[in-house]
Amino acid sequence: MLELTILLPALINGLTLGAVYALVALGLTLIYGVLHIINFAHGSLLMAALYGVFFLNTGLGIDPYAAIVVMVPALFAAGYVLQRSVIGKASHGKDQNVLLVTLGIAIVIENLALALFSADTRTIDTPYAFEMVDLGIAFVPLPRVIAFIAALAVTAVLWFIIARTDLGRAIRAVAKERQGARLVGIDVDHIFAMSFGIGTACLGAAACLLLPTFYVSPGVGHVFVLIAFTVVVLGGMGSFVGALVGGFIIGVTESLGGLLLGESLGQIGIFLIFIAILLLRPTGLFGSRLS
Amino acid sequence: MTALLEVEALRAGYNGVEVLRGVDLRVETGEIVAVLGSNGVGKSTLNNNVCGLFRPYAGRVRFDGVDITGADPKHIVAAGLIQVPEGRRIFPNLTVRENLEMGGYRRGRSRRAQNLERVVTVFPRLKERLAQTAGTLSGGEQQMLAIGRGLMAEPQLLILDEPSLGLSPLMVEEMFNLVRRLNADGLSILLVEQNVVQSLELAARAYVIENGRIVLSGPAAALREDPALRKAYLGM
Repeated sequence: MLELTILLPALINGLTLGAVYALVALGLTLIYGVLHIINFAHGSLLMAALYGVFFLNTGLGIDPYAAIVVMVPALFAAGYVLQRSVIGKASHGKDQNVLLVTLGIAIVIENLALALFSADTRTIDTPYAFEMVDLGIAFVPLPRVIAFIAALAVTAVLWFIIARTDLGRAIRAVAKERQGARLVGIDVDHIFAMSFGIGTACLGAAACLLLPTFYVSPGVGHVFVLIAFTVVVLGGMGSFVGALVGGFIIGVTESLGGLLLGESLGQIGIFLIFIAILLLRPTGLFGSRLS
Repeated sequence: MTALLEVEALRAGYNGVEVLRGVDLRVETGEIVAVLGSNGVGKSTLNNNVCGLFRPYAGRVRFDGVDITGADPKHIVAAGLIQVPEGRRIFPNLTVRENLEMGGYRRGRSRRAQNLERVVTVFPRLKERLAQTAGTLSGGEQQMLAIGRGLMAEPQLLILDEPSLGLSPLMVEEMFNLVRRLNADGLSILLVEQNVVQSLELAARAYVIENGRIVLSGPAAALREDPALRKAYLGM
């Protein structure tokens, strides 16, 4: 049997990975829960954000973690404008249109990245990339500890906005009852764009947390978007708690899978879970509620 | 003299099909005015065009002297014209308290706490259920919540679309008593109803719509005695 000294680090590694997956999935599930949009552009927006962090670091020497204060507002603005001026306008309220529009946006962003930055895989150097933290039970790379804590902090902020602020109440109101929302004077288009913006702002944070231990290339979004969709389906479309729990489950599954089956087969567990959930509990672990 | 609400030659419908074919009506400050008619004559179409959910094809809507024809609902709500829609349209996933708070989203924001206190005094049953998810309320409670949410916006004119729909006879009675009380406190009300008998007892004036046109109008007391109305709606 495997020894605890190997299993524990893998487990912790999975949890740190899962926190970032959860962050990416939270954005996706928020956008789905409110706008009922399957946002295919989510992965390419993450990729764009990763390039943003990369160039802020290599060009201006800004630390990736410090870049959060730039990237979160930037991605929020990008999401808001994208929803308000492209997706909302082009969809005419039809779901199949939205699907195609977001797919189109994904293709455009990806090919722009290919044209501008080439297909090269790039990484950044940080002084702390290989620093380890002793957690008593295992040594964990510092960037992963930071990613874990920060991802949970962002999730907490997001939860607070959704559960406790007027904006959050309006977002939840619009998600379930648009006509009623308009009758209390909520600007539904604005709330849609805010939701989309907040959803993509999560990607800005995720990009800053990822880049110190990850790479960026025009295709990097695919890695995450597939996992994020799995997390969202596992947790339940539109469910916040589901995205968080789902993120951890998938992170740990991937990490343990890699340990037991080898790096290349590690992700197989994720898709086994995905198929099992679709067969046994299509609504996901936490149903289809927002928050 | 300008009325609180003035609707002039309003033509409206859905996808090019005309439902309202020139409707005129007015509500004075402090009045209860009833709009009566059976299902499908255009009562809700009238409401939804007055409140900005749809744009009318032609005609004018003036509220408090301001032209609001085709204005965005958020501006109409901000002006104090509040609709409690048919089917309630409460937020089922929000708590009762949150639903009420959302009523003050655009208007009466700074006095939310006082307004909430006032609303739960009017509806003690909502007070017991403040923390409950609105979707779990009974039909009558949901109707109360919908009206309470409307009151949170400090309406100048409250449009009630079929408030008695789907309620038990006892609840209907309670609902009409409530409308009377709200009006006695000075609130102007446009009551849109199929329930002709009780609405005519309550209202000062009434309009009867048939096929998208006003076919009868006048003081409620006179309409109660109108032979054509008695025949068509009361079966007498």
